[in-house]
Amino acid sequence: MSVSAHAFHEAHDEAGSDASARVAPIRWATYFKVLIGISGGFFLYRLYLQQYAFSVGLDYFEPEFAVYWMRLFYAQIATAGIVLVGVVAYLWQTRDRDLAHVTPEVELARYFKWITWLCAYTLVVFITGVLGAESDAAWHQVVIRDTDFTPTHIEIFYLCVPAIIITGIGSFLYARTRLPMHSKRVFLALAIAIGGPILIMPNVGFNEWGHTFFYAEEVFNAPIHWGFSILGLALLGLGGVVTHIISRMKELIDEVAART
Amino acid sequence: MSTTNAQSRAEIRARLESTVDMALMAVIIFAVAGATVFVMSVTIGDWEFWVDWKDRRFWPLAPVAALLIFPAGLAAAFWSRFRLPVACTAVVLLYSLMRWLSTYFNFHVFGDFPMSMVWPSIFIPLALLIDCTLVITRSVFLTGLIGAFLWGLLVYPVNWPLLAAFHEPLVHNGEMLTAADLLGFEYIRTGLPEYVRVVERSVLRTFGDAVTPLTAVFAGFVCTLVFYISWAAGAALNRQVWVKKL
Repeated sequence: MSVSAHAFHEAHDEAGSDASARVAPIRWATYFKVLIGISGGFFLYRLYLQQYAFSVGLDYFEPEFAVYWMRLFYAQIATAGIVLVGVVAYLWQTRDRDLAHVTPEVELARYFKWITWLCAYTLVVFITGVLGAESDAAWHQVVIRDTDFTPTHIEIFYLCVPAIIITGIGSFLYARTRLPMHSKRVFLALAIAIGGPILIMPNVGFNEWGHTFFYAEEVFNAPIHWGFSILGLALLGLGGVVTHIISRMKELIDEVAART
Repeated sequence: MSTTNAQSRAEIRARLESTVDMALMAVIIFAVAGATVFVMSVTIGDWEFWVDWKDRRFWPLAPVAALLIFPAGLAAAFWSRFRLPVACTAVVLLYSLMRWLSTYFNFHVFGDFPMSMVWPSIFIPLALLIDCTLVITRSVFLTGLIGAFLWGLLVYPVNWPLLAAFHEPLVHNGEMLTAADLLGFEYIRTGLPEYVRVVERSVLRTFGDAVTPLTAVFAGFVCTLVFYISWAAGAALNRQVWVKKL
């Protein structure tokens, strides 16, 4: 399929035949399905945590822990690996091979889809930051830390962090493969906003190393946790991303309105 | 005819622009709320988590300085790009809502701690002070010097109505301690540092009097610096910088 034909069909598919709808290409249904899907999944996980974190999650060496938590852990990392490969492969395989001829309507539609990706990414960060991390704080304060695997760690490090990586890389790759401005250059604020949270992975190693060899107490203020703050601090870059989106979409809207 | 077309174009433009605003709103809210709460948790978390950590020496200093990073960083974007002097209040309002959400569901429902032990500090009036200073002075320099200094200086009096009852002295097993300390002893946790245990025992822990006012002034000074640094970082990240390669 030629690129211009591809772009035309995409615009037609995304907007429908109604002339008015042609310039309003956001899919609110998809947008809310994504938000509800992610929130619902984490809500169910939270119910499981509430039920089993204390009753069968106190000691890694207990047989119940292997049944209720380690099976979940293995399922999570396997699923995360498969989903990550699937998302990257899909976005790469379906990339636009001629970004030089993208019409303003198509580009505008893609910016709306990109916002949906970013919304998924920030929602996962939000759930990790507000509900994930502090449930870990509460759990550790009542249970003396004993092993590397705890219920809340299995949630944060092997569910939330992979979800951040998947949605973050997906957001970055979507822009890279579909938005003309992002195809040849890298927007620094976006790279920081998405790369920062992924960089907490090295601090996971530092954290486990510190807790294993130096002190078992889980004081959240402790210096071994400070490296995790890169997750949040890097999101200051989203200010630049939002500014870029607003200014570029304003230009596109003006162009689209002029062509109507 | 041309007037009708122009009206139609204006309507389409207005509709699309409001759609962009609505779609981006969730992104901004999730990012700001999640990032602020997370950064506070992993840097100064315990001072926010526990009432017996709300002492006179570090609680009026560390949390206020750490919390200022996001309000000041985002104020740089909101003020320089949109001339909106609301970022500090908006960020702190979101932070406060999310902290209450987390406190209730994580510490109370999940960890079973009483709410009187884990209530979060109050910062909203301090954020209003910074935004008001920005509106009145229209100067980043003066906002840092006055607004950010007041942000650090006034955290103790702003929280005093909630905190006062927990600093009432008690005698327990022959030791003088505060009500907050007693609450802490009743709910044993893994992370209770030595300095919190003995801070109210009347031992020689300072070379002078007036622990709280001295901390407040120092907190104001630190917050002024944090404000300028965060503002600069926010402004830098708000620039549209593109690179060929990472």
